[in-house]
Amino acid sequence: MAIELKMPALSPTMEEGKLARWLVKEGDEVTSGDIIAEIETDKATMEFEAVDEGTVGKLLVAEGTDGVKVGTVIAVLAGEGEDASTVSAAAPKAEAAPAAGAAAARPEAPAPVAKKDTEVPYGTNMKTSTVREALRDAMAEEMRRDDRVFVMGEEVAEYQGAYKVTQGLLEEFGPRRVIDTPITEYGFAGIGTGAAMGGLRPVIEFMTFNFAMQAIDHIINSAAKTNYMSGGQMRCPVVFRGPNGAAARVGAQHSQNYGPWYANVPGLVVIAPYDASDAKGLLKAAIRSEDPVVFLENELVYGRTFELPELDDHVLPIGKARIMREGKDVTIVSYSIGVGLALEAAEQLAGEGIDAEVIDLRTLRPLDKETVLASLAKTNRMVVAEEGFPVCSIASEIIAICMEDGFDDLDAPVVRVCNEDVPLPYAANLEKLALIDTPRIVEAVRKVCYR
Amino acid sequence: MPKAKSDAGSGAEPAAVVPAQDEDFALRSLQEALEADKRYKPSKEELLHFYEQMLLIRRFEERAGQLYGLGLIGGFCHLYIGQEAVAVGLQSALDGERDSVITGYRDHGHMLAYGIDPKVIMAELTGRAAGISRGKGGSMHMFSVEHKFYGGHGIVGAQVSLGAGLAFAHKYREDGGVAMAYFGDGAANQGQVYESFNMAALWKLPIIFVIENNGYAMGTAVKRGSAETHFYRRGTAFRIPGMQVDGMDVLEVRKAAEVALEYVRAGNGPVLMELNTYRYRGHSMSDPAKYRSREEVQDVREKRDPIDHAKNELIAMGVDEAALKDIDKRVRAAVAESADFAENSPEPEAAELYTDVLVERY
Repeated sequence: MAIELKMPALSPTMEEGKLARWLVKEGDEVTSGDIIAEIETDKATMEFEAVDEGTVGKLLVAEGTDGVKVGTVIAVLAGEGEDASTVSAAAPKAEAAPAAGAAAARPEAPAPVAKKDTEVPYGTNMKTSTVREALRDAMAEEMRRDDRVFVMGEEVAEYQGAYKVTQGLLEEFGPRRVIDTPITEYGFAGIGTGAAMGGLRPVIEFMTFNFAMQAIDHIINSAAKTNYMSGGQMRCPVVFRGPNGAAARVGAQHSQNYGPWYANVPGLVVIAPYDASDAKGLLKAAIRSEDPVVFLENELVYGRTFELPELDDHVLPIGKARIMREGKDVTIVSYSIGVGLALEAAEQLAGEGIDAEVIDLRTLRPLDKETVLASLAKTNRMVVAEEGFPVCSIASEIIAICMEDGFDDLDAPVVRVCNEDVPLPYAANLEKLALIDTPRIVEAVRKVCYR
Repeated sequence: MPKAKSDAGSGAEPAAVVPAQDEDFALRSLQEALEADKRYKPSKEELLHFYEQMLLIRRFEERAGQLYGLGLIGGFCHLYIGQEAVAVGLQSALDGERDSVITGYRDHGHMLAYGIDPKVIMAELTGRAAGISRGKGGSMHMFSVEHKFYGGHGIVGAQVSLGAGLAFAHKYREDGGVAMAYFGDGAANQGQVYESFNMAALWKLPIIFVIENNGYAMGTAVKRGSAETHFYRRGTAFRIPGMQVDGMDVLEVRKAAEVALEYVRAGNGPVLMELNTYRYRGHSMSDPAKYRSREEVQDVREKRDPIDHAKNELIAMGVDEAALKDIDKRVRAAVAESADFAENSPEPEAAELYTDVLVERY
């Protein structure tokens, strides 16, 4: 059968080109790999190779022809046993690639699932625990429950954790499951991600999320995207965890909140708890999740003591915000260390006769819009308090959500209270000036309440 | 010449220096084992099978190039033409039940070497619902968890750390599997490769690092981009033994794989193999390949072509031309069928846009 040679697209964007030169003539024998023509695109001159074997029949487009559309038959090749002089091009067919579905209706994104009640059962005994211990207990419980779970990172084993979060794990689980790595974030984040692809449940600790910048390629390109790119074949149930955000006097490179960075990426779950109960319940949920999770802790909160329910298996739902304090006049939305500041602010505002509701987002992706919007519908005023840069922040996202889906409920513009838009300075006075604090939240609330 | 220190305590009998105590010996030992007996001795049927697989890759890739030219395949498309003996030779030595494989974006050949249906591979290239990634991955992102083939990765070098993770999982589970991570001479200069070498050697992970050295990192010739162009030596700093293999000879590749696998399966840690090969086509479809001469390409095609090489060997074994013609016909038919399927099967449903972002719903 005669083979039609068509004007090739030589780049992703090429639509037409110039047939600069024929390197064969009618009657020539060609085999796969022979250069038969030179084609000029707007970027380069490319060689056009024969793919099939045969004899060149007709050359249908003369050399030097400009503007030859991709897909145009430019020559025909006679196959084995055919007479090259008699073959000609079949009737031209429409060569258009399949319609790109431009007219297709946009599908609806699936609605989020109804969230389970997050309340701890009434009458549960409470004990006190630091966030540090709660995180350790979460990992230990999950490691007892599932042999696939292991912890890997810098100084997690013999040193007991740079911030002592993995204290005692080596003793209980041994070096097979509690693994010290060299200081090579990119490499061990990749190894953890690959181990998850291979069927394990890695918990990868970054000494701080500032160092995870060395590894962010694996978190985003390898962990977050593979399930989608593989059409759901390849899961990646890895947890990346460690302290995030500003600590104290450690300078600009050790003080950033990466919540907004990770929350920007579809395919990731991003959790940033505040208190011990959420730290434990959500870390357990993260380890059990089939999806890659970025779990953002806060160094300044590790040592704080909170109530923790005494339950055999304290697992909380991912993607559900928590109302930390009910109120009717204004809503303060926050997460991580900001929640403590928001609660302090609410306390102070109560003395001024302003009844503030405080919402802890807990999960930054997927974000619990429903809880935020329900609270806005109740109070009609909102402040977002975030320990982090203001630009393209979680606060920005909350404000956008209120504009898009809660506009009619707004009695005042939503205001954000974030860190100053500068790298975090070292000097004690400057650091204090740069970071979010309770007075700033109080002031913003007064503003949206027109007080 | 300084003597290597023995690991034995000071109280040990002073022994004659044997090669095993030479610190450099381990790094060369596998190369020496390969040199001693370089080529796998296949049965006629085995070599026919290798030939057919290589030919399938060649014809499939040529057709993919054609479909790209017709606008049916978009974006980036990196062809494996010229490198066929590498994937076929190496993967033929693996234990499909246990061993895992991962590679970069030039991945069609590795998929075909597993015997995965060319139709679902071609349909992925054309972005159709029947593609192996349901049309959501494309040329660079193909996976078959069923075959323990873990992709299909687009960030140069990422598959090396990920492959070390697969090896970590084999060791953790004690399942006896070995991971094989393919990467190119370009990726061999990435930092994470060396982080992974270090941890793989430190923890004795069961992994074979495979550098497919095709001479060019995109358009940069090896000698313009690499201080050490003998890539098999790149593991020396981590005490990883290296092997240099003719990647255009499927039988040498197969034999080298066996030598490496025996070493790795015995729990000795990683091996680094450099396979010297050549890609006939550009880096991707939009590469005018002005960085090398036409003569250079033609010379390799004429003198080192892995398929011609196997064909001549088959003829020497007494296989007649008619049998080879039959294979050729069969392969062409399979490729034509895959192209028809890929062209005519439907695009993904619009609702697929939102599936597989996350596994669970929250």
